[in-house]
Amino acid sequence: MILNFSRSSMQYLQTLPPDWPGGFWWHWLVFTVIIIIFLLALVMGFIWFERRALGRMQARLGPNRVGPLGLLQPVADALKVLIKEDIVPAKADKLVHWLAPVVAFVPVLMIFAVIPFQDGALLADLNIGILYVVAISSVATVGIFMAGWGSSNKYSLLGAMREVASVVSYEIPLVITIAGVVLIAGTLSLNQIVLAQDVPFILLQPLGFLLFFIGACAEINRSPFDLLEADSELTAGFHTEYSGMKFAMFYLVEYAEALAMSAIITTLFLGGWRGPLLPPWLWFLIKVVVVFFVMVWTRTTLPRVRIDQLMALAWKFLLPLALINLLITAIEVLTWPVALPWVMILVNIAIMAVLVVLWSKLFKLGWGRVEI
Amino acid sequence: MALRTESFVLNIGPQHPSTHGVFRMRATLDGEVIVDLEPVFGYLHRGIEKLAEERTYTGVIPLTDRLDYLASMSNNLAYVLAVEKLAGIKVPERAEYLRVIMAELQRIASHLIAVGAFLNDCGAFMTPILYMIREREKILDLFDMVSGQRLTYNYMRVGGVSQDVPDEFLPALDKFVKEMPGWIDEYDQLLAENEILLARSKGVGILSKELAINVSASGPVLRASGVKWDIRKADPYSIYGRFEFEIPTGMVGDCYDRYWVRVQEMRQSLRIIKQAMGQIPSGAVRSEVPHIIRPPVGEAYSHIEAPKGELGFYLVSDNSIAPYRCHIRAPSLLNLTALRDMIIGWKVADAIIIFGSIDICMGEIDR
Repeated sequence: MILNFSRSSMQYLQTLPPDWPGGFWWHWLVFTVIIIIFLLALVMGFIWFERRALGRMQARLGPNRVGPLGLLQPVADALKVLIKEDIVPAKADKLVHWLAPVVAFVPVLMIFAVIPFQDGALLADLNIGILYVVAISSVATVGIFMAGWGSSNKYSLLGAMREVASVVSYEIPLVITIAGVVLIAGTLSLNQIVLAQDVPFILLQPLGFLLFFIGACAEINRSPFDLLEADSELTAGFHTEYSGMKFAMFYLVEYAEALAMSAIITTLFLGGWRGPLLPPWLWFLIKVVVVFFVMVWTRTTLPRVRIDQLMALAWKFLLPLALINLLITAIEVLTWPVALPWVMILVNIAIMAVLVVLWSKLFKLGWGRVEI
Repeated sequence: MALRTESFVLNIGPQHPSTHGVFRMRATLDGEVIVDLEPVFGYLHRGIEKLAEERTYTGVIPLTDRLDYLASMSNNLAYVLAVEKLAGIKVPERAEYLRVIMAELQRIASHLIAVGAFLNDCGAFMTPILYMIREREKILDLFDMVSGQRLTYNYMRVGGVSQDVPDEFLPALDKFVKEMPGWIDEYDQLLAENEILLARSKGVGILSKELAINVSASGPVLRASGVKWDIRKADPYSIYGRFEFEIPTGMVGDCYDRYWVRVQEMRQSLRIIKQAMGQIPSGAVRSEVPHIIRPPVGEAYSHIEAPKGELGFYLVSDNSIAPYRCHIRAPSLLNLTALRDMIIGWKVADAIIIFGSIDICMGEIDR
């Protein structure tokens, strides 16, 4: 049904004369609605999926009371937070406290403007698409720092400071890895990047994928880098003082960020909507869920790193490897014959294995004690 | 240019997910680094030592359940041993064996929670602790069989145990002892060699041998610091002299060693249970002791190796039906005294896991 809808709407859009003045706004309206519905529905789906998967991996059932298989649990949760009292701490910076969830949520929504759901099906095919994503995604940090600062709670402030530190550090290796992808694709537009992936870039850029995945987990604070809301240390981190719908907004942001990162990883490395037999948007969805599943998997398994170890990993491990990756990619793009992509895949995987093993031998974490 | 910075005070607790009860750490932070720490406790004080003076010797047993509520059997055992020492009461053979089996099962159950909670503090989101709770459930089922309770067993009696075990207990125990080593291997596979866990816990929160002895630490905390001290060997009570087992000791005294020692102790406890199951005789489980005991005037101190360390009961009798004075040497409290020295200089995240690795139980600290 959705397939038919999207196809017919696409056809309808294409039958319009290109110079029709309403075309732009029509396109804008349809895709804004699609993105919001897609985001909300998928975030709810992700919340359910994560809780069920966590339950399975932790030898328990997970939510299974509300609706079939507990599918309506996110709806029940949403209803619960809607009718909860909204508590603002007496000493909070009221305006900042109120504004923070919005500032955090909007950029995440804006990322989806350039994500292609299928060929050409995106709100705005910007020719600087990936640059736009990088720029917009760091704005959410401002919202989170506002939440931490505005709550006037020490736990929140600690969580917010950790968030800023980690995002500033992890942006750099993240962008350098993206540069590798852009070198191969020869374009910044996300739709063009997908079109360039006759071979998914995870094969041409295995090291890049690894670094990007680690960086992405740190960027959106998924385990093992979930320091800003480390529940065993900082109770709930930056959103300790939030309740009701404002808390729900942060909860939404958290999963929407995970969704956005899964979508970007899918687009950059896994061939986006491309795939045989199934319709493109379904391929896109499947790949997004698979990436998210890996994130859930790491969350159930791994302990959390410490803040100095987080920094060390970014600057001493990810950044040098990202630079080396960029160098190798640049050389390959310049010199490699186009006819031999499969040999390049093997060479790249071998290079990745050697580099990761060697560098992890060199990489040592300090004991971390400070003499007082 | 030097920035003017200020340290700030962070109240960790009394309500906090990682304080294992109502403990409070008043930490002075310089950024993320803890420069000073003041432990505050007393939020769970129930006056158990005073309450004991108002009850008959038998009536105190349920109170001891509430001390370290994760190891009620061990508390029962320590108390009844003290009363038996005071009144000179002999215990039948079968009861001795049952006591040893219960105490060692309790040690496994308590260590499961300790290790699971420690890994949870490290940030392994709930998974290890839920696996360990799964196995603890099986031990609780066994205790349920013998005492009808799942948390506060009230099973030991002065002169024995309250009742003989049902017929299905020993086969069930046999099944558990056979399966448990596999589960311990499973925990090891899950996280023991994990790079992040090693980075987080190796060398973190070192408790030196000298300091450990000076603060009178005991149990896994002391043994992790490399001191081979276990009351089951050093001053054998009950029938521990008859069993073969080893005392695992750590090398450095860091969080990882404390974790490792606990896992090894679970294996040793299984060894003891296996031997006890093979030797257990039939017969009475309780000697003829009047319900109201009037021990002669005097005093007695009896200590056992509880899961968390040396648990001692000091009883003074004035030949009345209630103890004149009852003092409890709680291992958690004494192990906790080294907390400040262990934590200072580490970061907030480390403070949580160092605290978790001591494995305290607030019921015992505040009494």
